Amino acid sequence: MGSSKVTLNIDGKEVIAEKNSTILDAARKLEITIPSLCHNPDLVPFGGCRLCLVEVAGTSRPVASCAALVQEGMRVKSSTNYLERLRRTNVELLLSDHPNDCMLCERAGNCKLQELAYYYGIRENRFEGIRREYPEQDNNPFIRREMEKCIMCGQCVRICDEIQGVGAIDFAYKGLWTKVSPPFEKDLDCEFCGQCVAVCPTGALTGRMWASKGRQKFREVETVCPYCGCGCNITLAVKKNEIARVYSKKDTVNQGMLCVKGRFAYDFVHSQDRLTRPLIRINPAKDLYLHQENPYADSSSSAGFKPDPAQFREASWEEALDYTALRLKEIKDRHGPDVIGGLASARCTNEDNYLFQKFMRMAVGTNNVDHCARY
Amino acid sequence: MDNNSVVIKVCSGTGSISAGGAEVLHAFRELVLSSDLEASFQDRCRADKVGCRGFCARDVLVDVVIDGEKTTYERVKSDMVPRIFEEHILGGSPVQEWTADELHQSFQDNQKKVVLAHCGEIDPEDLDAYLNVKGYEAARNAFNDMQPVEIIEKIKRSKLRGRGGAGFSTGHKWEFAYKVDEKEKYVVCNGNESDPGAFADRCIMEGDPHAVIEGMMICARAIGAGKGYIYIRDGYSLAVKRLRLALKQCHERGFLGKNIFESGQDLDIRLYPAPGAFICGEATALVQSIEGKRAMPTPRLTRTSENGIRGKPTVINNAETLANVPKILRNGASWFAGLGTDTSGGTKVFSLTGKVKSNGLVEVPMGATLRDVVYKVGGGIDQDRAFKGIQLGGPTGGCVPESCLDSRVDYESLAVAGTIMGSGGMVVLDETNCIVDTAKFFLDITQAESCGKCTPCRIGMRRMYEILERITSGNGRDGDVELLEDLGSHIRTTSLCGFGMTAPNPVLSTVRFFRDEYNIHIRDRKCPALVCKSLLTFSCIEETCTGCGMCKRVCPADAIRGTRKKPHFIDQELCVKCGSCFDSCKFGAILKE
Ligand SMILES: Cc1cc2nc3c(=O)[nH]c(=O)nc-3n(C[C@H](O)[C@H](O)[C@H](O)COP(=O)(O)O)c2cc1C
Ligand code: SF4
Ligand code: SF4
Ligand code: SF4
Ligand code: SF4
Ligand code: SF4
Ligand code: SF4
Ligand code: FES
Repeated sequence: MGSSKVTLNIDGKEVIAEKNSTILDAARKLEITIPSLCHNPDLVPFGGCRLCLVEVAGTSRPVASCAALVQEGMRVKSSTNYLERLRRTNVELLLSDHPNDCMLCERAGNCKLQELAYYYGIRENRFEGIRREYPEQDNNPFIRREMEKCIMCGQCVRICDEIQGVGAIDFAYKGLWTKVSPPFEKDLDCEFCGQCVAVCPTGALTGRMWASKGRQKFREVETVCPYCGCGCNITLAVKKNEIARVYSKKDTVNQGMLCVKGRFAYDFVHSQDRLTRPLIRINPAKDLYLHQENPYADSSSSAGFKPDPAQFREASWEEALDYTALRLKEIKDRHGPDVIGGLASARCTNEDNYLFQKFMRMAVGTNNVDHCARY
Repeated sequence: MDNNSVVIKVCSGTGSISAGGAEVLHAFRELVLSSDLEASFQDRCRADKVGCRGFCARDVLVDVVIDGEKTTYERVKSDMVPRIFEEHILGGSPVQEWTADELHQSFQDNQKKVVLAHCGEIDPEDLDAYLNVKGYEAARNAFNDMQPVEIIEKIKRSKLRGRGGAGFSTGHKWEFAYKVDEKEKYVVCNGNESDPGAFADRCIMEGDPHAVIEGMMICARAIGAGKGYIYIRDGYSLAVKRLRLALKQCHERGFLGKNIFESGQDLDIRLYPAPGAFICGEATALVQSIEGKRAMPTPRLTRTSENGIRGKPTVINNAETLANVPKILRNGASWFAGLGTDTSGGTKVFSLTGKVKSNGLVEVPMGATLRDVVYKVGGGIDQDRAFKGIQLGGPTGGCVPESCLDSRVDYESLAVAGTIMGSGGMVVLDETNCIVDTAKFFLDITQAESCGKCTPCRIGMRRMYEILERITSGNGRDGDVELLEDLGSHIRTTSLCGFGMTAPNPVLSTVRFFRDEYNIHIRDRKCPALVCKSLLTFSCIEETCTGCGMCKRVCPADAIRGTRKKPHFIDQELCVKCGSCFDSCKFGAILKE
């Protein structure tokens, strides 16, 4: 008593575990694999999929190891013929209400249900019957929901509520027709942080921009999200030198969580609109007046922005910087430093931003300096 | 009030009101107050509305009690009131043709009313009526003269066990909550009454709302709870209304609120109108629901009594359980224990329905036999057909055959017989019920009521239902019975909550006791009880047919051929098995098999 640890025995091996940890936690310490679909160590135990069943000496029914606490002296079996049969039956049941669309599914190769079906070798299914079918919904450009692939693990609902703190989705209806849904079956309209997509073990939730960009054998590029000062770690899954999807790993500063920009808004990387070389205006208007016509005017209509060659010419960095320095100096001399202002970006490093404000204050001589995350 | 008084008690439960109870009550009251009667008579005569006494099939029930002598009238309509008033109340001779018959008498006489004792006797909307029958004395006593441990010991000794289905010892449950050192604790009355065929809790909450509240107060005293919820399905509108009124009355009299009975303890009880899904009655789902979330069961890492609403100790008791509590405190633990069996004290209320002569709410001592309930209280099988089985415990209960009729109704014996106490629903089946069709009927309810959280229950129950559907429609396959057994026991062993653990019961129990009937459906494509439409054939018996042509006229499918005065013939290809020809033939010349 009093101790916060207990000793239990799993498959003949002793393990010491925290008193308020689950049998599944303890088993994972021993690197024993117990199949699971709804377990997520960051979320409150759910106990829905019924795959993590184990036998505990002295209890008459199998116990869901993800939702049962360890006890001193407990003796657990993680795999017996009986348990494997129960697990297999549950996978069979799931597959009896599943579109079996692995051929085209974004998640194939990285899908827990597919993996279990493979593991248990389920080609023939004893069960058959009505299957859920839903029309495609949502106009948002980020998240695709194919709810007939949902296995009701509840991870999306829980992460949205418990971690993201949004509660945009919950279970609706009863019985086989239970469905994860935004309120009143409206279109999904939320933060689109994609935390739900990240935890979904199946192809029910995927990124729209993932489509046909490849599913496996990615080259992983570890990098930092360029969008804001938080500096979340992201992993680019690259295929054919193109980003196929973006995710974040759990052992990062942001613990795998991202926001809509970091997770989904990466299309700029391969955008035709990106400037890859400096441009210098050929006939700049008079000082102090902004050019009235918008040189980018027709960029929105066509496929990519092409700078108007009548107004811009490409230049080298060397020339561009020299030109900028020269013009800044001219303007400052003529009108004073306070007509100049500088806007930096959270997408730059701290060091860059520090230097920038230093430059504005010392070299240009103005306090007109700001930044989307504020100086 | 016994001597020299006339009391007219008009049943005012939900069933009665829909049969015109309010009009009957009004008619009596008008007559009592009519001006041409002597004032002295008016002083000693009154018409009361009272709770349901269980025989809703014969509503509106009216008791006329003259100088303590009771006469019961049944199926009273407001136009019958003047004659009853004239001949009986004024004239002294009961209107015999309208009084309760023998069946009615034996229905009432073979019961043992404890928890239903006030239902049908006192006005549920009148706090003083409850005080007149010693109401709130037990609560006052508990708060003023008893220590929590004393109360808990007394409840334990009474052998009161939860009437919500699982039969957990109420005293022990209270003790768990009592022992947790925590300021904030809750007492909850579970009035969800999940089973659509049960109505015991509704009648108790409608007919004796103060008893439920008093039970909650005693529980609050025992465990140290400052807050209570009555969790009741919103559809029970009359019960909601009466409980709300009762709570208001209690707050007004200071029975609830701050420092109740000068004990220093505060107690606030609120009504929580529930959405009323089946699963809302399950304790962990109920906690979720009260916390404002979707009612879905959660894994029981710890006990609800220790870690319930907002993580605080919470005692959840069924409405009937709670209504028993004041009686135990008043009449003693050994009195209550003595009513029942060694393991379970008191009585149990059942909702007796199906093919019995007298349908209704019946209260019998724990340990009475099923035979007593069906034959003594229920008056036997309707139209004296052959008994086939009883579905016990609601749609998640089991169906037991005739050989179990001598089983006792208590938690252990029913488990041995192959079913559960559950909601206390009892549906009696006779030879005209098809067992497969009956199982399908219950699974149709449960597969739709699964909360959807766990795989075996959400998908498995649907698949079981679909297998039954194919068996009853003539598409059963070899091995379907075994598949049902396998899947049923899989759902039972692997589901998260008590729902999935019991929902396959109707199938598992009927496969166990009526396996042949399943096999006949599958192998012979026949339904012995002639219920499953797709398995019936209708044909014309040549020798008996007079050629009257009646069947031909009623057949909606134009399936019958024949010329007048010649035997007719049914084209099986066209027949849609509607049964109209069978019903219309006056000569019994249509064979249904
Ligand atoms: C699916 C399911 C439905 C239930 N429905 C009810 C109900 O409607 N009313 C009730 O009192 N108990 C119901 N129960 C039992 C409760 O979980 C709980 O055990 C009970 O309310 C405790 O009270 P008791 O000890 O007084 O019986 C249900 C249980 C399950 C598994
Ligand atoms: S969700 Fe998984 S199992 Fe389902 S179609 Fe996609 S890859 Fe296949
Ligand atoms: S994208 Fe984020 S906010 Fe939207 S449902 Fe998923 S987790 Fe919730
Ligand atoms: S959508 Fe995905 S994460 Fe959400 S419940 Fe379904 S399978 Fe689980
Ligand atoms: S057994 Fe059924 S009702 Fe209970 S949690 Fe599972 S799905 Fe829900
Ligand atoms: S109704 Fe009966 S008797 Fe008349 S034709 Fe039809 S089968 Fe024959
Ligand atoms: S059962 Fe109905 S459809 Fe068939 S022959 Fe008789 S009347 Fe016609
Ligand atoms: S992982 Fe334990 S029930 Fe799903």
